[in-house]
Amino acid sequence: MTWLGSNVGLVAELSLHHVQLSLLPIVVGFVAAVPLGVLAWRFKLTRGLTLTIVGLLYTIPSLALFVLLPPLLGISFLSEANVVIALSIYAVALMTRSAADAFGSVDPVVRRSAAAMGYSSLGRFWAVELPLAGPVLLAGLRVVAVSTVSLVTVGVLVGSRSLGYLFMNGLQRSIPVEILSGIVMTVVIALAFDGILVLLGRLLMPWTRAETTSRRVARRLRLTVGGGS
Amino acid sequence: MIEFRSVTKRFPDGTSAVSNLDLVIPAHQTTVLVGSSGCGKTTILRMINRMVDATSGTIEIDGDDVATLEPVRLRRRIGYVMQNTGLLPHRRVLENIVTVPRLNGMPKAEATELGLRLMDTVGLDRGLARRYPSQLSGGQQQRVGVARGLAVDPNILLMDEPFGAVDPIVRAELQTELMRLQVTLGKTVVFVTHDIDEAFLLGDQVVILQQHAVVAQRGTPGEILAHPASGFVSDFIGAERGKRALRIVETNGSRVVVDADGRPAGVLVDGKNGS
Ligand SMILES: Nc1ncnc2c1ncn2[C@@H]1O[C@H](COP(=O)(O)OP(=O)(O)OP(=O)(O)O)[C@@H](O)[C@H]1O
Ligand SMILES: [Mg+2]
Repeated sequence: MTWLGSNVGLVAELSLHHVQLSLLPIVVGFVAAVPLGVLAWRFKLTRGLTLTIVGLLYTIPSLALFVLLPPLLGISFLSEANVVIALSIYAVALMTRSAADAFGSVDPVVRRSAAAMGYSSLGRFWAVELPLAGPVLLAGLRVVAVSTVSLVTVGVLVGSRSLGYLFMNGLQRSIPVEILSGIVMTVVIALAFDGILVLLGRLLMPWTRAETTSRRVARRLRLTVGGGS
Repeated sequence: MIEFRSVTKRFPDGTSAVSNLDLVIPAHQTTVLVGSSGCGKTTILRMINRMVDATSGTIEIDGDDVATLEPVRLRRRIGYVMQNTGLLPHRRVLENIVTVPRLNGMPKAEATELGLRLMDTVGLDRGLARRYPSQLSGGQQQRVGVARGLAVDPNILLMDEPFGAVDPIVRAELQTELMRLQVTLGKTVVFVTHDIDEAFLLGDQVVILQQHAVVAQRGTPGEILAHPASGFVSDFIGAERGKRALRIVETNGSRVVVDADGRPAGVLVDGKNGS
């Protein structure tokens, strides 16, 4: 415990940096995956190709990616860009499939009805398809966020400063408290990201709560009626 | 007036949904298309607002070939009530109703006012305005669908089995409401159903369709009931005719009206003694 007492500053600094490193890949993953998901969902021709490529990308081990990227992109092994880009690739790979599923989950009846009312294709995308894909997009993004936060720790192998440092250093110097601090803070950050996403979802998609409430009410009514008889 | 001239629709998979249809749908009247499932009713409606394009033939609205009209603009001036309401689940009732006026650029305050008035028109409590469709009953959702169809005050209103998903009582209520509305609004309504009773109740003109949208008979309900044009038509209205063909049977001096199965439907009484 003495270790923690004298290293609170370090833990805080690493946590902050960990958050910063996680943020970009999550945002990039989302922004890039939406159009890719549309590509995979809308056109038969691009569907197989897109999903195969992102599927393959995801199977590359992270260490291999850290080693492969620098020569390809002309950046240094030890640069932070290396980690951020590698994690962005994973995020995109993971998120694209979710996005394709998300758009696939939009009720075709509603899409047709929107077209029949006179939405242009682009108008329909923004006003109907994207919001209705929202719940599945959110579910995918939550997985991406948590997985990115945990993958950031691996970046320590190529010298990036994250909570992974505490694992490495703690292991080398046999300080269990240090390892534990790293684990706990990683989990806290992952939970915080997740909580923020859930909150955003509630704010941006109020109808999903209405749907679950009406289902809950219906169930409760059925229970009461059932119990009364 | 909407006019179909030798219209054929073959889907890419080879299904022939409509073959060589000639049909005139007069303005300011209700025309009901009736026929069994899969005979092409929905396809006919969708060709009017270009959700589906005809393979050959022409469809004219007041003399304009729809093929020359821009689909998005065309759709925004035709009311369309879909087979299963097709409400936007992520928009509140009021927003659903005024979707098209908003697309046409109506300011929000004005649209809200309009939406609330439309809710009155179709008999929806204004208190439901801020609910989501999932929080409404089936009948309420159908009313929202009708209100939405009326929102741009269209000359043409396409209604595809709009009352299909509700119980007979609510259905009768909605039918009455529609008839009341139509008296004041005088829209060109094209109404699709596979319920011949509904067709006879609502239609100024009824069009009975066979497979591939072949017109078996077209006329007023009275004309069709009195003179079925073919065996198909008598068969189609036949099931119902059994109920309609009533006979009088004398028993113990009183006259009983019985249906085709001989079940008593009522007692016949004289006008003056009956009260
Ligand atoms: N997009 C499509 N692709 C291929 N075939 C289609 C398509 N839409 C409809 N059909 C076919 O065209 C025929 C007519 O369909 P339509 O939907 O017009 O029937 P309907 O009279 O409205 O039936 P229902 O009363 O069941 O709604 C059917 O055989 C149907 O399977
Ligand atoms: Mg249909």
